[in-house]
Amino acid sequence: MSMLEVKNVSRFFGGLAALTDISFSVEKGEILGLIGPNGAGKTTLFNVVNGFYGPSEGEVLFNQARISGLKPHQVCIRGIARTFQVVKPLQRMSVLDNVIASAYLRTGSRAVAETKAVETLKFTGLYDDRDIISKGLPLGKRKKLEIARALATGPEMILLDESFAGLNPTELNESIEIIRNIKATGITIMIIEHHMKVIMSISDRIVVLNYGQKIAEGTPEEIRSNPLVIEAYLGEAQNA
Amino acid sequence: MKKYLPLLIAGILALLPLIGLSSYWMHILILVIMWSVIGMAWNLLGGYCGQVSFGHAAFFGVGAYTAGILYNKTGMSAWWGLPASIVVVALFALLIGYICLRLKGPFFALGTLAMGVILRVTAENLTTITEGDLGIMIRERTWIDKTYYFYIILILAVASFFVVKKVIESKLGYYFVAIREDQDAAESLGINTTFYKTVALSLSAVITGLAGAFYTNYMGYIDPKIVFALHDISIVTIMVVMVGGVATFWGPFVGAIIMVFLAELIRSIPKLGAAHHTFFGILLILIIIYLPNGITGDNPKLKRLLRMGKTT
Repeated sequence: MSMLEVKNVSRFFGGLAALTDISFSVEKGEILGLIGPNGAGKTTLFNVVNGFYGPSEGEVLFNQARISGLKPHQVCIRGIARTFQVVKPLQRMSVLDNVIASAYLRTGSRAVAETKAVETLKFTGLYDDRDIISKGLPLGKRKKLEIARALATGPEMILLDESFAGLNPTELNESIEIIRNIKATGITIMIIEHHMKVIMSISDRIVVLNYGQKIAEGTPEEIRSNPLVIEAYLGEAQNA
Repeated sequence: MKKYLPLLIAGILALLPLIGLSSYWMHILILVIMWSVIGMAWNLLGGYCGQVSFGHAAFFGVGAYTAGILYNKTGMSAWWGLPASIVVVALFALLIGYICLRLKGPFFALGTLAMGVILRVTAENLTTITEGDLGIMIRERTWIDKTYYFYIILILAVASFFVVKKVIESKLGYYFVAIREDQDAAESLGINTTFYKTVALSLSAVITGLAGAFYTNYMGYIDPKIVFALHDISIVTIMVVMVGGVATFWGPFVGAIIMVFLAELIRSIPKLGAAHHTFFGILLILIIIYLPNGITGDNPKLKRLLRMGKTT
């Protein structure tokens, strides 16, 4: 049974169609990769799922219940957490406090929130940095903090927006490991990524967007050999 | 030790009237404590939740007028204005919040600024209820001795301190700071930003309103130009917190001491006294440049500067 269903979603900004008639679903427990050239509408799609934008047409269902039209905090309470491509740490709070703030979603108790936060920090490898004010964190760790914060809200599904961009090879491997561990805990993942090697290796299935339209969907192998995808990324150079 | 500091300071303050201070000094002390209450209230909304209000005179004035109108129209003691102001100001804050909290950052500040001015003009013209520019006079004062007023505002201050502390150290406090740091991130972490901003605004408004109702009782006279004053209430509120330390527990208290004493000091200088707003302006500029976190917030920096002064 699919956990998230995106049904005929379109989103217009004035005359611009950022998304046109997008439909796909995410199965429980899988990692769905979302790829496409810059400006394809990937982040807009996240914003629609997450509730920052309502869809202009169509609807989004989560566990068979309609979530489009809800506000981001309501979507989060129902079990979808997200990270931001442009990281948004709560700058003047320590790393631990950042995660405690999100762990408070499912509890009113400081002790429970802190235990959950410490657990999440250990899981994401940020425990040693817990007392650093997050303003001073390097980018790689801020990206991890985004993931930690999203996880601390106790989600069933997590939306990762370019969590690997700008990481060095060591950090990249660590992050891939974290994503695999998240999957192992049973959390469903939808991930936007430009790093092809990474996305091909961790995704169970991939959806490709181009100019706001879905041009392909399938396993990494199918996507790799799909002529439409190759054209979107490389242009029609081979015809020239 | 640190845990008992608030109690210790409250205790020392409570003993102060016993040493036989003059009526003038009691007045100064009462003003200091009243301003720390207003500062703490503003700090909750502006300091922790990041919603900078330029219109706290509105809540102060509504609180003051609740007490004044209650006395003037029903003949009840103006002290009933304190409990009554909690209800009136809370309802009023919900209305203001509904309008102004849709605005972010500087737009919210401008919205609240306008709100304060609108209320002043309304109070000036709604003469059937507010007596307009004539103001409302509390004809029979409860006490001549200032000591009782001192203890009442002190109790109010201690209560506000612990309410603010309790709130800030709880889930609410985390949510307020999260909203201040990044509203979009807070929203996506499941925080209902509109709701929690309304909570911060209402709490802040109610505490400010209580100070206003106390003011009516204490001063015995209010008019729109005094209690809805932009420069004498709204701006001074911000200055108290900025000078003392934004988003610190003790900042408003430290700020209130400095601002009240400074105002008295400057006013007592012959000829220059009328220009005290100018001095406040210069002080604010200096604070923003050199001590952006206020005296309490930039404490380590201040100590370093002082030590440097000693060695050289």
